[in-house]
Amino acid sequence: MASSAPPVEMDPDELEEEAFDSSSQASSTATSTLTWINWYTSLPGHDYFCDVHEDFIEDDFNLTGLQAMVPFFKEALEMVLDVEPEEDSNKIPDVSIVESSAELLYGLVHQRFILTKVGLSCMVEKYEAGHFGACPRVFCHATPVLPCGRADMPGIDTVKLYCPNCGDIYTPPSSKYASVDGAFFGTTFSPLFFQQYPELLSAPFFATGPAAAQSSSRTTPVDSSAPVGGGTFTNPNPHGGQKAALGRVYVPRIYGFKVSERARSGPRMKWLRERPERFDDLDKVDWKSRFIVEGQNTEGDDELMASIGKQSGQGKGKLFDDEDDIVEDDDESEEEEENAPTTIAVPS
Amino acid sequence: MDDLSTGSESDYSNSWISWFLSTKGNEYFAEVDEDYILDRFNLTGLNGEVVQEYSRALNLITDNLDEDSLDDDVREAVETSARFLYGLIHARYIVTSRGLSKMLEKYRKADFGRCPRVYCYQQPLLPVGLSDIPYQKAVKLYCPRCEDIYSPKSNRHGSIDGAYFGTTFPHMLFMVYPQMIPGKGQPVGSSSVADVNRSLANQQKSENNSGGGQNSLGSISTSSVANKAERYEPRIFGFKVNEDAKLSRWRTARRNAQISRLENLEREQGQTNL
Repeated sequence: MASSAPPVEMDPDELEEEAFDSSSQASSTATSTLTWINWYTSLPGHDYFCDVHEDFIEDDFNLTGLQAMVPFFKEALEMVLDVEPEEDSNKIPDVSIVESSAELLYGLVHQRFILTKVGLSCMVEKYEAGHFGACPRVFCHATPVLPCGRADMPGIDTVKLYCPNCGDIYTPPSSKYASVDGAFFGTTFSPLFFQQYPELLSAPFFATGPAAAQSSSRTTPVDSSAPVGGGTFTNPNPHGGQKAALGRVYVPRIYGFKVSERARSGPRMKWLRERPERFDDLDKVDWKSRFIVEGQNTEGDDELMASIGKQSGQGKGKLFDDEDDIVEDDDESEEEEENAPTTIAVPS
Repeated sequence: MDDLSTGSESDYSNSWISWFLSTKGNEYFAEVDEDYILDRFNLTGLNGEVVQEYSRALNLITDNLDEDSLDDDVREAVETSARFLYGLIHARYIVTSRGLSKMLEKYRKADFGRCPRVYCYQQPLLPVGLSDIPYQKAVKLYCPRCEDIYSPKSNRHGSIDGAYFGTTFPHMLFMVYPQMIPGKGQPVGSSSVADVNRSLANQQKSENNSGGGQNSLGSISTSSVANKAERYEPRIFGFKVNEDAKLSRWRTARRNAQISRLENLEREQGQTNL
């Protein structure tokens, strides 16, 4: 637990001074002075944190169970709230221990606070201001990301960043976040955030343009720069309300030819970023992740494949028809080549 | 001339290429052999129309230019052209066998950075262009574990032209060195540079166990590697989120379909070979 607490980068003297300064002034309730919380969230690497409202911390109910997790709980709470410590404070061996307790306490309270309505609205402001950075994945086109944890207990993992477009998690780009515990955000926060603000989430399906669907309904979309939430996009899910997905998927090519999946080095992970073309397609998979074949209960490989061929309309069922494959390949590479310069905008 | 490519100390500082490579921001570039540049055949299509000050730029790259005889403006133009020309030659060079082995060395050292995706476990990346035509797109980084592309972290690298690496390079590398294809799951042990090799050993082991068909190269099958890939699963108070879970199941179904497709194919091939 002790090792989990974010290392304090300032020397103890400075911290003491800082803590003393703020606590000496905080009794005057004026918010213009620097509170411990303000100071803590303004430290380098702490810009993912929002300011937890003091009334939230002051409500004992919100601190249920934390007493057992945080050493020197009372002193740490006093430090976080800038309360003048009582005269018996000489019990505490070293202020830096209380400091790390205060950080742990603040982090755990923060995890709870950001799940509240007020907390979520604090975080959405930060999200929309781009405080958490952007997704490094090229075809997410710098979608803003949200901090998330992989565990709710401190000391297990550092903070990660969740991209609402690709639904994946990434390591923060700077090492200054390597000392921020993932538990200070928690596992629930980012999924709950996007339940609260579904318009910031990408829809789980991605329709290729009508023209593209006619010529060859391909899973690799042509029009990647379709305006986000553009006029043509309607979400058929009445409970959804998500914006249009940036659904383009990278296709490996050698001299313009797609790398065949039959090659040993061929693509194996395309499914990781793929989305069905239509919202209804999501329901064509059963709870065991098998495509539902109409009128049949057995899932032989052949039926499975046939159903997939139907689904994607790619003619993938035709495994052994080489000629067809080649022709299709050619068509597609041309199409994509034509579209390439206009569709992929690269931030300079 | 050969001394340069072997890197003898005295020549090292004088060579334009080694100066270029040592400049900050050029860490992605490999050293192109001098004889490769001097072979006119390799420069087919690169001429004054494509590269301004072509011959002077070429001379500068090969250290045959008397720079003192030029005034500052011209020298600057030649310098810019030389970088551009070197980039274009570089794109051709790195898909040759010598170039590939040099880039493989850099990949082993993780010179191109590591995949930011959490479930790629610090997988080293490879540079890739999205276009083979210069001035179109900046260089991107290809992760062989998740088979996706990412933007470089630093702006210095983010502004390098993608055409200096080309769209083909990383895929060619794994065609030539299929044994370097990383596994998809968590590598054994801690994350370190040695991951590249270790995950490979792990993959081979698992492949042999799964009994995947062996192809004519006497190598292991990669058809079911995707089974090992991990994914992030959003949960609210421990419960999966409906739509995310649906999408995840759909993707799993797509993955399984591909695997059974490839395994069927292998079986067919195995039968015809017998």
